[in-house]
Amino acid sequence: MRYGEVLIQEHLSFTINKGDVFVIMGGSGCGKSTLLKHLIGLVPPSAGKILYHGRNFWEVTSAERERLLRNMGVLYQKGALWTSMTLAENVAMPIRQYTSRSEKEIKAIVEYKLSLVGLAGFEGYYPSEISGGMQKRAALARAMALDPEVLFFDEPSAGLDPVSSKLLDDLILELNQSLGATVVVVTHELASIFAIASNSVFLDAETKTIAALGHPREMLEHGKDERVMRFLTRGERDR
Amino acid sequence: MSPVRVLSSSHDGVLLISLRSSPDPVGLETSFDALDDAVSALQSGTTVRVSANEGLEIDSSAIARLFALARQCASRELCFEAHGLPASAERLLALAHSVPERKGTRRVPRHDPFLVNLGRATISLWTTITDWFSFTGELLVESVNFVRGRARVPVRDIWLTLDQCGPSALPIVTLISTLVGVILAFIGAQQLRQFGATIYVANLVGVGMLREMGAVMAAVIMAGRTGAAFAAQLGSMQVNEEIDALKTFGFSPMQYLVIPRVVALVVMMPLLCLYADFLGIFGGAIISSLTLDLSLVQYYNQTVSAVHLSDVWLGVSKSVVFGVLIAIAGCVAGIRCGRSASAVGTAVTTAVVSGIVSIVISDALFALLTELVGI
Repeated sequence: MRYGEVLIQEHLSFTINKGDVFVIMGGSGCGKSTLLKHLIGLVPPSAGKILYHGRNFWEVTSAERERLLRNMGVLYQKGALWTSMTLAENVAMPIRQYTSRSEKEIKAIVEYKLSLVGLAGFEGYYPSEISGGMQKRAALARAMALDPEVLFFDEPSAGLDPVSSKLLDDLILELNQSLGATVVVVTHELASIFAIASNSVFLDAETKTIAALGHPREMLEHGKDERVMRFLTRGERDR
Repeated sequence: MSPVRVLSSSHDGVLLISLRSSPDPVGLETSFDALDDAVSALQSGTTVRVSANEGLEIDSSAIARLFALARQCASRELCFEAHGLPASAERLLALAHSVPERKGTRRVPRHDPFLVNLGRATISLWTTITDWFSFTGELLVESVNFVRGRARVPVRDIWLTLDQCGPSALPIVTLISTLVGVILAFIGAQQLRQFGATIYVANLVGVGMLREMGAVMAAVIMAGRTGAAFAAQLGSMQVNEEIDALKTFGFSPMQYLVIPRVVALVVMMPLLCLYADFLGIFGGAIISSLTLDLSLVQYYNQTVSAVHLSDVWLGVSKSVVFGVLIAIAGCVAGIRCGRSASAVGTAVTTAVVSGIVSIVISDALFALLTELVGI
């Protein structure tokens, strides 16, 4: 993985199993968000493969890639709602584009998805008219619009107060359990990591590769890597 | 808080630095600047020992200088020791040292030779040109898809952009175009009066507006207004990750964002050009009737006899090309925008500058072409 000429990470190899809540963690600048951009097909990696059900995302045909993208939902760090559209239009746009549902059906789906994230009644609001936490939840409703198999979250807690952050964590777990969606979360929020992860990978900025792989609690209890322990204990291990 | 006094002396190969709050009567007082020079003259392995008198109050600038001194010692392999500093200063120094500088992080200012800078500028220019061409190529492919009904273009966005490019731009186009006609008439009247040929003001304004000024002025206004707006809109979308969100849903930003803007400008530019032509000629007529002894009917008859349909077509054709260029300039700058607020500002500037430059260049090419063809 490179950012321009700068090597960020190398020799990354891990598998995300169906139904996992997989957390990608590491210190600031270790390349978590860049890795996410590779996973969601925004930027091709400088080397290596990203396989979905055994197929390399960057080598399939454009039609196949579009099909793969339809099975992914992404919640961006800033929500990334389309600001010129209402919340309902944001959620409806992918449905309208990829399905042949009637307007009545689409309206019902939009209301249902917004209700799932606690935004019933906000259909006609524009993103600029609601709070940051609500924007993230609306963006999550949009990410779920096509009932994707995999949901990606980029720093879901960023900019949220602890209560909103906890609500979002609960929502992620609920979606994982009730919808059966595989969830991939990029975060460095320890509270979130321990609350939601069923599996995780720790990227180290200094060695530029994976420092640990597994459940974060197991890493904490049986981990040997000093940097991972320092991260998971907020540096308490040093004192 | 009184300023910290710095004293230095050498003893058994150790550089002793003492920090005090009172002036030194013995004359060992020095400054941190002088200390830097003294430390840089020491041989590696030498000890630099800093101490402070009891009750010394130390400000953050003195701590910053001590921190710099400690780093200088580390880089020159000198042994730096600090004793008796106020507890808060020691804690702050420890905090500053707690996260060591990562190797390769520091940027060294580069003073490259002229040829290297020239080469870098050439590569940058080449990248910009290839960027334009690749964007235009992609746009061409998507436009063909759009015409064949294979592109997923949001029709509602086309209507919104049409409104933004057309009716909303009318007041400024009205003002500028009328004034351009007025200016042309004044200049023409001044020169032609010398030959008693003031009637030809109508020719000058008519031909000038229809062939050149109507299209060019409308284009310059749209480059500054709409081209900049396109760059700002798309740039903000880039900063807010909205374009990333489109891509991950499998939507083509070219179809969703660029095509509606290009279509809107291509449709509106000829209309704005004709509107500007009319107002320019109208402005010229008003000035001629007020300052020259020309009636509006005379002016009208002279204009009709001077201009040809080919002049109108030439201006309208130019405006279509200008519309495409303005849309490309705005969209390229917006879509290639960086991820910060300042990048949006840069994108807007780039859009306006490249839009106007491309208008002027293409206008010159038009002039050359029409001269060759004889239009």
